[in-house]
Amino acid sequence: MSETQSPVTGGDGAAQTVSRVAAAIDRAKADGRAALVGYLPAGYPTMETSVEAAIELARNGADIIEIGIPYSDPVMDGSTIQAATAEALANGFHVADVFDVVKAVTEATEAVVLVMTYWNPVMRMGVDEFARRLAEAGGVGLITPDLIPDEAAEWLEASDKYGLDRVFLVAPSTSPARMAMTVAATRGFTYAVSLMGVTGARQTVDESARRVVTGARDAGAECVCVGLGVSNAEHVREIAAYADGVIVGTAIVSALRQGGPTAVGRLAAQLRGGLAPLAG
Amino acid sequence: MMAENAPDPRAPGIHPTNADSNISQADAFLTDSLRKAPGPYFGSYGGRWMPESLIATLDEVEDTFRAAKQDPEFIAQVAELNRNYTGRPSLLTEAKRFSRHAGGVRIFLKREDLNHTGSHKINNVLGQALLAKRMGKTRIIAETGAGQHGVASATAAALLGLECVVYMGAEDCRRQSLNVARMQLLGATVIPVTNGSQTLKDAINEALRDWVANVRTTHYLLGTAAGAHPFPAMVRYFHEVIGDEAREQILAQTGRLPDAVCACMGGGSNAIGFFHGFLDDPTVRLYGFEAGGEGIETGSHAATITLGRPGVLHGARTYVMQDEDGQTIESRSISAGLDYPGIGPEHSYLHDIGRAMYEPITDGEAMSAFALLCRTEGIIPAIESAHALAGAIKVGHRLADLGGDPAERIVIVNLSGRGDKDVQTAAEWFGMLDDRGQIKGTTLSTRRPNSHDAGAMEEGKA
Repeated sequence: MSETQSPVTGGDGAAQTVSRVAAAIDRAKADGRAALVGYLPAGYPTMETSVEAAIELARNGADIIEIGIPYSDPVMDGSTIQAATAEALANGFHVADVFDVVKAVTEATEAVVLVMTYWNPVMRMGVDEFARRLAEAGGVGLITPDLIPDEAAEWLEASDKYGLDRVFLVAPSTSPARMAMTVAATRGFTYAVSLMGVTGARQTVDESARRVVTGARDAGAECVCVGLGVSNAEHVREIAAYADGVIVGTAIVSALRQGGPTAVGRLAAQLRGGLAPLAG
Repeated sequence: MMAENAPDPRAPGIHPTNADSNISQADAFLTDSLRKAPGPYFGSYGGRWMPESLIATLDEVEDTFRAAKQDPEFIAQVAELNRNYTGRPSLLTEAKRFSRHAGGVRIFLKREDLNHTGSHKINNVLGQALLAKRMGKTRIIAETGAGQHGVASATAAALLGLECVVYMGAEDCRRQSLNVARMQLLGATVIPVTNGSQTLKDAINEALRDWVANVRTTHYLLGTAAGAHPFPAMVRYFHEVIGDEAREQILAQTGRLPDAVCACMGGGSNAIGFFHGFLDDPTVRLYGFEAGGEGIETGSHAATITLGRPGVLHGARTYVMQDEDGQTIESRSISAGLDYPGIGPEHSYLHDIGRAMYEPITDGEAMSAFALLCRTEGIIPAIESAHALAGAIKVGHRLADLGGDPAERIVIVNLSGRGDKDVQTAAEWFGMLDDRGQIKGTTLSTRRPNSHDAGAMEEGKA
C-alpha cells in the first residue's frame, strides 16, 4: 500500500492531496465502465469473517470498499444493516478494530478502502487521532452520513493533514446552494443519495437519482456515485449509464448473512457484470 | 457572572450564520442577556449533526417558525389555545406543609400538572402542530417514552385534524400500556419499536427514519428541547410561558424574586422553558435535577450532565451518556420521562458557564418526595416532577443553612406533570401489590365476575 500513500504535507496540503478514491474511479473509467463500490460493516458477523467477506468483495470486482463502523444509533440505516451492526456490537466490536479490517483488506487486495461512520465514534476518539490511525492503516478516507460540511471544520482540517478523502452526501432535497457548498467540500466522490429514505433494498431505482447526479455535476462535481436502494445487476447497469460509480450495501450484507463470504463474492461478480462494457 | 448595561442587540428573527451566532453568544455575555438565544449554537453546543437529506426540511421548519413568531395572528392563536384549551395560566400554589420538610423555606409549585393532558408537554405540541399546518403538512410523527408526549401529540393532532403516528419503544409500550390505549382512543397509530434498547432513544431513531422518507407530508413533532436546530430553540420558545408566568406570579404573590428554581431534567424541555423566565435574574439560582436511577455509582441512571461527556446524538452536539467508543449507553430511571441518554444543548451550555447547576436525584429520593407531596399537599406528582421536589428539599436545607429566617427564602418547583400515569409504578414501589400484582384489598369481592355488569347492560338496553 505504501506506493499509493498520498503525500502528507502537514496541514497546508489541501491543494496537494491526491484523491485515491478518484484515482480508482478513473481506472474504472479507463476500462470504459463505472466503478463498483461495495459496503460491509466491520465485525459482522465476526472480525475474521468481515475481513474475509470484504476481500471476496474486492477480488470479485469491487473497486472501492466501504467498511462501516457499527454504531448504537444508526438513523440512516434500514433494518438489514441495523441488525448486522447490532450483532457486530453484541459480538464485542470496538471502534479501533475498524483499523485492523482496513489494513487487512488494503494489504490483501487492489481495492481502495473507505470507512463509513456516524460521527460520534470519531468525535469520541478525537478527529485528528482517528484520521491519523485511519491513514496509518491504509484507509483512504471517510463517508460521513450524519456530518454535513457546515459542521465539519475539524474533519476538513484533519483530512487535509493526513491526505484523506472526504465523501459527503447529497440528496434529492438538497438545494442548489447546498449542492455547490457540499461538492466544494468533498474530495473523492460526491455520494448521491438516490431517494428520500434509509438504506435498504428496493424494487426499482428511484427516478430522483438521475436528478441528484445532474445537480451535483452542475455544481461542479467530477465524480458522482449513487447509493441507497441499489440491489442488483440491473440497477447497477441503469445507474452506470449516468453516474461514475454505483454503491451497493444492503444487498451485500444480506448475501453475507445468508451465504457467507462466498455468497458475497458471487454477488460482487454479478454486480460487476452489470458494469461490463457493452461488448463484454 | 454577567456584565451589566448595553441593550440586547439581537432583534428577534435574525437567522445567524455560525459566525454570527458565535458573535451573538459573545454579545450575550457582554450585554447581560442569556434569554432568547436563537441557536443554532449555544456556546459550542447545538448545531445540526444530521443527514443532508433532512437539512432542507429543517430549514423549512426554521423559516416557518421564524415567520410565525413575528405574526400576530399566530401569537394570538397560541395564546387562545393556551387559555381556552390548555387552561393557562397554570396556578402557582404555595406548598406550606411540604415546605416544613425543606428547611422551612417557602416552596411554591408551578402547576403544569393542571394543564390539559396533565403535563407541560401540551405547550410545545400545540405550537408545533400549528406550525405543521402552516407548512401544509397533513401528518405528524412523534416519539414517546412514558407516553406523555405521545398523548399530547395525539391530542393536538385530533384537535387540529392531522394524522398522527407515535413511535414508542416496545419495552415502554409494555410498561405504559394505558397510555398506548389513550393515544389510540385519540385516533393516533402507535408503532412499537423493537430494535435497539426498545426505549425512547430508539423511538427517536425510528421517527427520524420515518421523517426522512416522508418529509413532504410530515412534520416530526419532537417532544423535547433537544435534537437539531431549530428544535432546541423552538421547543423552548413554546415552553417559555412556564417561566414567564411563574416570574409574574411570584412577584404578585410575594413581591420578590425567588432564591432558587428547581426542575427535573430528561431532555430538559420543562426546565429550559421554566429557567428562561429567570435567566437574566442573577440572584435566582437555577437547578436541574437529573435521574440518578439506582445511584450514579451503580451505572444504572440517566444523569447525562453529571456523568456524560460532550458528543453528538440525534442531531445536536451536547452532553451524551456514551462509552469509550462513543456508543450511546442505555440510560435507566424509575421515571420513563427522564430515561434519555442525552440532554438539550442549551443546558450543556448553561452548565459549562455555571449559570445553572445540575445534580442527580436517585429513584429512592424521588419516590420519598413523591409520597411526601401526596400526603402533605394532596397532590400526586409525576415521578419526573418528584425528582425536582426531592431536589428542592435539598436546596431548601442549603438555603436554610445560610442563616437568617428560612421563611424569608423562596424556592419555586416546576411541577411538570401529574402522577396518575405513575400509580402502578408507585404501587409497586410502596409494596401496595399482592403476589398476583393486584392492589392489595381489591380482590375480596365475593360477587361473581361480570354478572352485575351484564345485568346492568341488559337493563340499560331495555
